[in-house]
Amino acid sequence: MQRSTITTSEPDENGHWGQFGGRYVPETLVAPLDELTKEFTRARHDAEFWRELDQRLRGYCGRPTPLFHGQRLTAHAGGAQIYLKREDLSHTGSHKINNAMGQALLSRRMGKRRIIAETGAGQHGVATATVCAMFGLQCIIYMGAEDMRRQALNVFRMRLLGAEVAAVNAGARTLKDAINEALRDWVTNVHDTYYLLGSALGPHPYPLMVREFQRVIGREAREQILSATGRLPRALIACVGGGSNSIGLFHPFIGDQSVRLIGVEAGGRADSLGEHAARFHPTAASGGGRIGVLHGTMSYVLQNDTGQIATTHSISAGLDYAAIGPEHAFLHDNGRAEYICASDAEALEGFTLCAELEGIIPALESSHAIIPAVRIARELPQSDAIIVNLSGRGDKDAQLVAELNIR
Amino acid sequence: MSRIRDTFAGLKRTGRGGFIPFITAGDPDLATSELLLIELAAAGADIIELGVPFSDPVADGEVIQRASERALRNGVTLRDALACVAHAKQQIDVPVVLFSYFNPLLQFGRDRLANEAKQAGVDAVLVTDLIPEEAQAWTETLQQRELDPIFLVAPTTSDERLVRIGQQARGFIYAVSRAGVTGARDEMTHDAETLVRRVRMVSDLPVAVGFGVSTAEHLREVWRFADAAVVGSAIVREIERLKTAPDLVQRVGKFARSLLATNQQNVGDSTALHLP
Repeated sequence: MQRSTITTSEPDENGHWGQFGGRYVPETLVAPLDELTKEFTRARHDAEFWRELDQRLRGYCGRPTPLFHGQRLTAHAGGAQIYLKREDLSHTGSHKINNAMGQALLSRRMGKRRIIAETGAGQHGVATATVCAMFGLQCIIYMGAEDMRRQALNVFRMRLLGAEVAAVNAGARTLKDAINEALRDWVTNVHDTYYLLGSALGPHPYPLMVREFQRVIGREAREQILSATGRLPRALIACVGGGSNSIGLFHPFIGDQSVRLIGVEAGGRADSLGEHAARFHPTAASGGGRIGVLHGTMSYVLQNDTGQIATTHSISAGLDYAAIGPEHAFLHDNGRAEYICASDAEALEGFTLCAELEGIIPALESSHAIIPAVRIARELPQSDAIIVNLSGRGDKDAQLVAELNIR
Repeated sequence: MSRIRDTFAGLKRTGRGGFIPFITAGDPDLATSELLLIELAAAGADIIELGVPFSDPVADGEVIQRASERALRNGVTLRDALACVAHAKQQIDVPVVLFSYFNPLLQFGRDRLANEAKQAGVDAVLVTDLIPEEAQAWTETLQQRELDPIFLVAPTTSDERLVRIGQQARGFIYAVSRAGVTGARDEMTHDAETLVRRVRMVSDLPVAVGFGVSTAEHLREVWRFADAAVVGSAIVREIERLKTAPDLVQRVGKFARSLLATNQQNVGDSTALHLP
């Protein structure tokens, strides 16, 4: 695909990036989405809102997160300098708190005191439960029963924080099913409920709003790399489930044509449909590369020939989802960003490598970006730098990896 | 004038409220769905909604979710649903509304859907998650093939949007009785009546009320202020309960008649009007 020369990536007023995005929802949700869009737009242009958010991100969440020069990983790769953006050091252990905090401030402005959210790996659930505890808000987290099994520690954390965790037993009992159930709750309790969606997907304004709250990752990283190396990096690499950590890192660099933006999807355990979560998967039987509508937005969606949404597989619950955020679909089609995938096995290899070489245990989601980053660094001269988004920490995954190693 | 408008005109002439049952195509299997269409027409349905099963029915409660799952386990597709209508339409004349989520239609293709739905004898298409703002191209294509695009309105819909929806909709307007997913309820809320009154201010289209309409009493209540009542989950729940019974079709028909029993005129007239 031709590299694009776009310098910005902004949706139209109805949330469309080209043909992607928009709003495909039951009629009942149009009014609350309009209300949310209005309030977000107002907040977006309100310096006082951003001042308070910034203060809370600094004072409570530990921002700015460091940009760490991974010297042993760099030596291992034998090429470009590898920098790690340490979102794992954020309060609650992942980038998810950036968005949860921003939306909690919005819900407060809107006077909604009942907060619902979906979660896959549990990181967004924990972040949401955390901000709800801090603001004294009621919190209900929908989570697939399979994900609750895989991420038992996070379920316990959410309950400790006072949230109700509602098990979802429909479908494959993962993130997609949790979003379905959260949407059903919202459509029913629309008058007093705020839906705190955790990724850069869903109906307008969520993809735009979540991106705006995650842009802090890229803004900081840009300043930090310039101050550390005096120049822009050659590439940014981040894992992509719905795509919030990656779009947050990428977006402030979109106008920097020399910077490659590389998203890493979950390649799972095989290339056939149902065995991975790579929406841009290039092979024929993978089901990749098809445009569809899921959860209120038009994007690339893994599905069968008749438009039924496919089940997906990834070793990491946070990437185990059939659709990708609409802005990624746009950046993919115009060639500004590149998307590759890493298998379960490569993710595990990256997990171990990062732990052993840098003393950092990354989340299995973030681990997907490690091996591709080593590969890309290897092709570049030592005078160049690349940034890997370490979007979360891996404590939650230690148990799962331990069990795999025993087997 | 569309056949759906004819139907509502007929209802108005005779002063009756319309009865619009909903079933999911392929629940419990396609052959039964076909027989159910015929039986529901005989039982007094003025219009029938046929649901296309979808893997992620976010607007539906548990009963219709499970119906979708049963149909999908049978491998039922949009194409099958259309074939089901085509077969049933050889024996019945009641207008059929194809009721679907957007993605299966999107994959089928806009022109292909319009052509094949028309050919199958479908009269209208309602897409649960396609709001007028995103629907323009689809609305135009459907209308070119004389298929009515039906839109939903909800108690949360603003007056401004009611006007826009009224302009794009044809056939009738489907008023969602309350905020929430589909599913039977013990009581109807007052939201529905208020909503229908608001729709009447901005549109001359007939209004059908659905979501939670599940008893004969509810139907009577809805007919007081709206042109028709949609009964979905209550019927689908019967299908689920009877799914292994050899006389499922007759008993679902009996259940439908029991909903109309308080209004004998309804059953008689409807049968006379629509059965060939």
